[in-house]
Amino acid sequence: MFTQNEILETIDMLDNRHLDVRTVTASLSLLDCIDGSAKKCADKVFDKIMRVCNRLVPVCDMLSSRYGVKIVNKRIAVTPISIVGSACGDYIGLAHALDSAGKALGVDFVGGYSALVQKGETDKEKAFLDTIPEALSTTDIVCASVNVASTKSGINLDAVGRLGKIIKDLAYRTRNRDSIGCCKLVAFCNAVDDNPFMAGAFTGLSEGECTINVGVSGPGVVEYEINKHPDYDITEICELIKRTVFKITRLGALIGGEAAKELNLAQGIVDLSLAPTPAVGDSVARILESIGLSRVGACGTTACLALLNDAVKKGGVMAAQRVGGLSGAFIPVSEDAGMIEAAQSGAITIDKLEAMTAVCSVGLDMIAVPGDTPAEVLSGMIADECAIGMINGKTTAVRVIPVYGKTVGESADFGGLLGVAPIMPISAESPAKFISRGGKIPPPIHSYKN
Amino acid sequence: MKAIVSVTGKDRTGIIAAVAGELASNNTNILDITQTIVHGNFVMLMHVEASDSVDLGTLGDKLQSAVKDWGIVVHVQHEDLFSSMHRV
Repeated sequence: MFTQNEILETIDMLDNRHLDVRTVTASLSLLDCIDGSAKKCADKVFDKIMRVCNRLVPVCDMLSSRYGVKIVNKRIAVTPISIVGSACGDYIGLAHALDSAGKALGVDFVGGYSALVQKGETDKEKAFLDTIPEALSTTDIVCASVNVASTKSGINLDAVGRLGKIIKDLAYRTRNRDSIGCCKLVAFCNAVDDNPFMAGAFTGLSEGECTINVGVSGPGVVEYEINKHPDYDITEICELIKRTVFKITRLGALIGGEAAKELNLAQGIVDLSLAPTPAVGDSVARILESIGLSRVGACGTTACLALLNDAVKKGGVMAAQRVGGLSGAFIPVSEDAGMIEAAQSGAITIDKLEAMTAVCSVGLDMIAVPGDTPAEVLSGMIADECAIGMINGKTTAVRVIPVYGKTVGESADFGGLLGVAPIMPISAESPAKFISRGGKIPPPIHSYKN
Repeated sequence: MKAIVSVTGKDRTGIIAAVAGELASNNTNILDITQTIVHGNFVMLMHVEASDSVDLGTLGDKLQSAVKDWGIVVHVQHEDLFSSMHRV
């Protein structure tokens, strides 16, 4: 039997502190669906998702009922479609197959409309990249990502330049909904093969047939625990975060293991992430403020985020058999009530966010900028993030929304977990010449380890 | 399977009887009970054993219905949740 405190603490976390499993993601290989016929390829993709993942949602619902734990999203991540569709070339047809299968199964998102072009693009991959705006604007739950850089390969500036234009095109095509299409596209440096979080989830080529990966959440739990101890010094705060995250991660590991067992699939990784939502009490920004900042964005924010990110990993790594994905603290602006407030008041800027991405789990995430931001400025943002990721050997990403027809002082409302994004000012200076040079930025000297 | 039934809220006569009666009618055996009053609030924790075919969420809904107007909250959760979070 457990102690009264243990039971009541768990129930309090679940009922009042937004502790939940953010996502159970089935990571599915579609390599065996490659076919020279567009119709056959799309049919194989649809059929395989329907066959392998058909019980994903009911099993998650059953586990949710058994443990009294909310599983917020059920998702599927597939092999990059730039590879699956390379033989037939009908990438748009595959996007619709993913969308249809995902909707038929009742999942929230299907990720993997992706390409890995960090060192260069094949002719087919160039054609694939051009389809992203149409694919994302004519489907509802398909997510895309493009890995344009890595520590080992350097930065593909040609692809970075193309992505700026792709994002602008996508923003225009989805202009009726505040350019929401851009919320479903991520540019990565050092993308990981087993990320369960959207929009960047895909099944890397190193992965097996189908595995269950889990992303946990619970920033509200961490904030609550810190607020209970105003007298702790920073060493004790780090220990407190570790202990709290250990418990959160054990919950994720339990759900992941049970889901894999019930579905008869391989158990994958637990992504040790503190993922916020726009709900009150579910904010990473509020954790940083609870450590001792008047508002996120203050001097000291990067240091607080660094200790949080590190303590999350240290607390979680012993709590799960296998740890992977992005594992750290996410700092999306529109999906975090504290970030939204700080952006609205001007307390946090894109420049500060960029500095924070050097120590957080990913990068510039869910940031709305004026709709008239030139493509090359978006490419410049991506290049900067890639540089941070490449030099520091970490994953970085950009999910930026140039909200068509809107400017600083206005907001974009994407609804649901995507939240509300105040449109943030961005440097008016131009990197056009730099981006138009094209070519490849070589990998850093410390990548030559052999 | 073994589960933890937690019952918290305003104290009154008949809570244990209502919950235990509903458990019995769902063929769920009570293995252990602790009950205290904390800051004026009724807190009861039960360790129970239910058939593997029982849906714990549905059982929780039935127990909640049995005490629904009493200002009391009932949870039924598989014990593995607590052993995962609180035992290494």
